Amino acid sequence: MQAFTKLTGVAAPLPMANVDTDKIIPGRFLKTIKRSGLGVHLFDQLRYDETGAERPDFVLNQPQYRHAEILIAHENFGCGSSREHAPWALLDFGIRCVIAPDFADIFHSNAFKNGVLPVRLPREICDQLMEDARLGANARITVDLERQVVIRPNGEEIAFTVDPLRRHMLLEGLDEIGQTLKHSPAIDAFESQLRDNKPWIPEITVA
Amino acid sequence: MPKTLFDKVWDAHIVEKLDDGTCILYIDRHLTHEVTSPQAFENLRLSGRKVRRPDATLAVTDHNVPTSDRSLPIEDAESRLQIETLERNVVEFGVPYFPLNDARQGIVHVIGPEQGLSLPGMTIVCGDSHTSTHGALGALAFGIGSSEVEHVLATQTLLQRPAKNMLVQVDGKLAPGVTPKDLVLAIIGRIGTAGGTGHVIEYAGEVFRAMDMAGRMTVCNMTIEGGARAGMIAPDDTTFAYVKGRPYAPQGEAFDHAVKYWRTLASDEGAVYDKTVVMDAAEIVPMVTWGTSPEAVLPITGVVPDPAAITDDAKRADMARMLDYMGLVPGQALAGIPIDVVFIGSCTNSRIEDIRAAAAIVRGRHVAPGVRAMVVPGSGLVKLQAEAEGLDQVLIAAGFEWREAGCSMCLGMNPDKLTPGQRSASTSNRNFEGRQGPGGRTHLVSPGMAAAAAITGVLTDVREFA
Repeated sequence: MQAFTKLTGVAAPLPMANVDTDKIIPGRFLKTIKRSGLGVHLFDQLRYDETGAERPDFVLNQPQYRHAEILIAHENFGCGSSREHAPWALLDFGIRCVIAPDFADIFHSNAFKNGVLPVRLPREICDQLMEDARLGANARITVDLERQVVIRPNGEEIAFTVDPLRRHMLLEGLDEIGQTLKHSPAIDAFESQLRDNKPWIPEITVA
Repeated sequence: MPKTLFDKVWDAHIVEKLDDGTCILYIDRHLTHEVTSPQAFENLRLSGRKVRRPDATLAVTDHNVPTSDRSLPIEDAESRLQIETLERNVVEFGVPYFPLNDARQGIVHVIGPEQGLSLPGMTIVCGDSHTSTHGALGALAFGIGSSEVEHVLATQTLLQRPAKNMLVQVDGKLAPGVTPKDLVLAIIGRIGTAGGTGHVIEYAGEVFRAMDMAGRMTVCNMTIEGGARAGMIAPDDTTFAYVKGRPYAPQGEAFDHAVKYWRTLASDEGAVYDKTVVMDAAEIVPMVTWGTSPEAVLPITGVVPDPAAITDDAKRADMARMLDYMGLVPGQALAGIPIDVVFIGSCTNSRIEDIRAAAAIVRGRHVAPGVRAMVVPGSGLVKLQAEAEGLDQVLIAAGFEWREAGCSMCLGMNPDKLTPGQRSASTSNRNFEGRQGPGGRTHLVSPGMAAAAAITGVLTDVREFA
């Protein structure tokens, strides 16, 4: 996984609540067997009209936001399905951080696994950042995971917190599976107890 | 200290608690499908890792399979490649698999319980948010992303922080014509789509005790639409009777041994919940969604709400956007809105009980002119059961399409899609913009309500069919 330490970039304002995963990446683009290449379909229905032409009023189609690396949104970002294609599409477009009052649980977890940092901040602060973001390329925002602060274009620092383990994994770009496998003896021990304690759990074989 | 059902299942699966409170949680069952697994298997291959417990894993194709004639090749090249990729992966990694031509194939959340693969007290995961369905059995079941699919394949565990406990207590009885789908839609309308975020919801009270397993699955299935990753119902005699004799359930003495344990799982007297919601079942009426979020739901007797009545600017804009997308005007009665398509299916409502409910409404009647109506059974076995009961003939005679098992029009990945502007009455779980096809407009309803809409051609109060 790509590490996330500190990012300074253009933030795109997306003042919508309940941005669901079908909005982020519609189901018909889930037929891929790869993780890459989904950026072109990010926010497909908001971004393109029926003919496939760009909708000029959608934020990511505006020149100043075409290279946005941060997204500011309203409540419950990423609700809906468990598709990891949602953070893959954001990442493929170039977005490394989403700031919102809160996130749906599965999206929140998926984002971390892909080096996309979800930052939870109160609605009033998101609204301030939304105003900053409306200034486009003139107002770059910094997200510093090491210090756990967002720095507004005027220099004001806003603190946020991230689970310590997730922060550590993201700062170091660690392979989570590799970390868990260090605990293999504990997993082995749990498993052998399981066979004694719950022998009623049948093994699956397909005839 | 008294524990909840969730606490008990959680505690029984902690392999190790890490310093910051994150737990390595053991996973008893891992269900996989073609859409969210290819990237996970590919990474396993690249890192030279194996599937730790193939015997705790089952693979099936459901999301993008055609629901038309299965003897024909799959036309869509991407879908075909995704299915073939899963078939290669299960061979390479030795994972048990129900192929497309097997009667046991079907929607992963239908076949898990149907086969007895999903049992009370288990931890069950799948790369699909509707894994919450299996909580109906008293399991802790939740959806995961592809990275976590890979993590479970490689380690049989997940790194998780414990969720908070939320209780949804509903006493009283559901009135005739009112179903578990209406109840869960009403619950989501009450708590909102983020109401359960960070929580596991336990459903308790008279209405759930009286509910059959299919109804419990419908309720737990839609828990994710209320923001909670998992919903749970304490296992009871209804659960045990359902599980008994299923192909992968424990048999004989092992079953009795298991039941003894399963009976200990119910929440203790005095267990504490972080959040509690109390509702009265008798007040619930048939529900229908009017917007593009499952929380945008009202009784079928209601009218389309008016954004002008909303004081919060952002919320007013959201509502206006939803009405614009849905092509509805404030004050319009919900009953009577014309529909183009009826979809009866999905992991929410595609079990035999749902098909019986639909068939009971359409028997001796005919689908309204211009309406396309389809029934997509949840599994090959549900389809066979319905055919044995003659339900397929009732539906076909009424003008319904009778199709093969799969996720189908719930998410528009296979050819079963709405076209732009088309309006559906759908028994599925999500009414998001474009969910059933680009520009499609979805009204979520119960199977009986969907069947009634097919007959009249408009959103209809199913109680008029009594």
